[in-house]
Amino acid sequence: MSISLPPATENNSNSLQPTGWLRFISFSLDHKVIGLQYLVCGFIFYLIGGVLAGAIRIELLSPISDFLARDVYNQVLTLHGTIMIFLWIVPVVNGAFGNYLIPFYVGARDMAFPRLNAVAFWMIPPAGLMLITSYFINGAAQSGWTAYPPLSITTPAAGQIVWIVSVLLLGGSSIFGGINFIATILKLRRPGLKLMQLPMYCWAMLGTSILVVLSTPVLAGTLILLSFDIVAHTGFFNPALGGNVIVYQHLFWFYSHPAVYIMVLPAFGLVSEILPVHCRKPLFGYTTMVYSIMAIVVLGLVVWAHHMFTSGTPPWMRLFFTIATSFIAVPTGIKFFNWVATLWGGRITLNSAILFSCGFIVNFVLGGITGVALAQVPFDIHVHDTYFVVAHFHYIVYGGSVFVIFSSIYHWYPKFTGKMLDEKLGIIHFVLTFIGFNLCFAPQHWLGLNGMPRRVAEYDPQFTLVNQISSVGALLMAISTLPFLWNILYSFIKGEKAGNNPWQALTPEWLTTSPPPVENWSGEAPLVTKPYGYGEKNSDEGSSPITQA
Amino acid sequence: MTTIPSTKEKSEELTSSEHQHSDHRLFGLITFLVADGMTFAGFFAAYLTYKAVNPLLPDAIYELELPLPTLNTILLLVSSATFHKAGKALEAANSKQCQKWLLITAGLGIAFLISQMVEYFTLPFGLTDNLYASTFYALTGFHGLHVTLGSIMILIVWWQARSPGGRITHVNKFPLEAAEIYWHFVDGIWVILFIILYLL
Repeated sequence: MSISLPPATENNSNSLQPTGWLRFISFSLDHKVIGLQYLVCGFIFYLIGGVLAGAIRIELLSPISDFLARDVYNQVLTLHGTIMIFLWIVPVVNGAFGNYLIPFYVGARDMAFPRLNAVAFWMIPPAGLMLITSYFINGAAQSGWTAYPPLSITTPAAGQIVWIVSVLLLGGSSIFGGINFIATILKLRRPGLKLMQLPMYCWAMLGTSILVVLSTPVLAGTLILLSFDIVAHTGFFNPALGGNVIVYQHLFWFYSHPAVYIMVLPAFGLVSEILPVHCRKPLFGYTTMVYSIMAIVVLGLVVWAHHMFTSGTPPWMRLFFTIATSFIAVPTGIKFFNWVATLWGGRITLNSAILFSCGFIVNFVLGGITGVALAQVPFDIHVHDTYFVVAHFHYIVYGGSVFVIFSSIYHWYPKFTGKMLDEKLGIIHFVLTFIGFNLCFAPQHWLGLNGMPRRVAEYDPQFTLVNQISSVGALLMAISTLPFLWNILYSFIKGEKAGNNPWQALTPEWLTTSPPPVENWSGEAPLVTKPYGYGEKNSDEGSSPITQA
Repeated sequence: MTTIPSTKEKSEELTSSEHQHSDHRLFGLITFLVADGMTFAGFFAAYLTYKAVNPLLPDAIYELELPLPTLNTILLLVSSATFHKAGKALEAANSKQCQKWLLITAGLGIAFLISQMVEYFTLPFGLTDNLYASTFYALTGFHGLHVTLGSIMILIVWWQARSPGGRITHVNKFPLEAAEIYWHFVDGIWVILFIILYLL
């Protein structure tokens, strides 16, 4: 099949927006530019967070604190967590791919509020720089990404305040983004396009944005109260002044548990876009997928206290939150079976994009199983704050979200740049990442079960060997970044020309040129009612489901 | 600086343009107010939890009197009504009346802020005296910040609604509508705050 399109016309000739590469470092209002800004900015922070992770793994090669002083170790782990969550995964799975893809998927020329969109992005670099420079000035925050009081009140105040301001900025950015996505998906849909015809990523982003809008403000309020405790010596969360630390934990996890879904729901959506294209089959169980996402959104808001089973939680609360948490396995399981069923019997092209997606499925099942285990109170009390928890959530956020980010980059790079990535390098990248990741984090389950606490620079010498194995895995992960970086840079200059639709995909972003023109389509937006209409009868690879209106 | 040409272009392309565009802005505003409301919900939840589980320390002073806050409640409720009047006047293309009601609304908002300050200065406890004092100031202060922003917004709308030369007219009434919705929201929050903080 071939989709013929008129050549891209720069129809914004009277706009004063910079063109060329300058637009990527300017206050551009184009959703595609903003999406790539999010992606590149996020990836730089990923490299910084990765260096910090490397420092942690080097420190843990030996049971004594030799490479980093203890307080520096605390700062490093705090920065690592904060950067990876708030500056890499959340902005990239939401901001980067959301901004790039959602307007295409709903058939719009831009987001609902382009200026708000640019503001949301430009809040991120200053917040990130502030956070990182705090390390060099007075020392960064030391209380972990959770900033639990009284620890966050008693550790040096300057770093903690910078951390709070930075997270408030990032939270604000996230809320603005969320408002924009909700408005775009619900209000900017092309006439004739029904909600139940939208690509799955739209549903994932709608669910995610609802979570962002409902839960992020609670974190913001909580951090403002925490900053009062630090600066003005009020006693909201300070037991010495009659306050209550448990209230902080409840408010914090009311955001931070949904934050897990804010990080993985978009990844679920992206995988649902990538799998059908590369195995030439419709997405299995579209409707159940939509309902599962919405079920995860609702349940995700009422499970937060499972992080607090050792915080003197009353029995009724433990019972409720255990049951609610276990229930989340049902919609998540539905999605997994749908993906496997999508792959089943398909004409699978084993390229880097689908390899990373399959890697995601494997890793996320493991992380999901330990998640259900952790929801059970007796087990959770045993492994609380040990490396078992570290292993579990890295299987979710790295094995889940980061694998999907890589898969998405391999899938959409031809759309972003018009060039193909090198498949050989991509497969080397995948093999190294997959082995490195599992070598790094699988042994940490064992460490946690045997009682190695997290967030401590020193440990019992009996754990030395397993920690060294884990560090070798981390080294492999670091090395795996090199072929990827080379691939991205080299292909950008010398890569094979991709054409408009190298994957013969049916979702709307492929029905324009690569890279797309400023307002996405030179004519009217195509009406795509069957984004997954692969292999249907009487259609050569599904050209019939698209009606060019 | 750079945005005006491209937005003009867009509204020409989307043939059913103007009023649709303002609909999105209202939708965006309401979504934002949901988020803002969640911040207050977090504060309320914290306060109610404190009430349930953290007893007032024996030597701590925390007493509130009702007359002034009741007056405040009345001020805000009346201001919601006067803002509504201003909106009606604008719809009738009567910018004189509209400006008059806007000015009254802003006056009521500022009166609320002054009365709130009077209350702050006469209370027998300060911000850091005890948990409940801190919570009281945090909640009323955060709400007061909203009233301050709202009052400034009303004054801007008032200035922009002046008859020759103002941008806000019965054709372009979105800024007034947005400020009005925000103001009703702030008043609604106050009513909840008044019940939870002063009456419970």
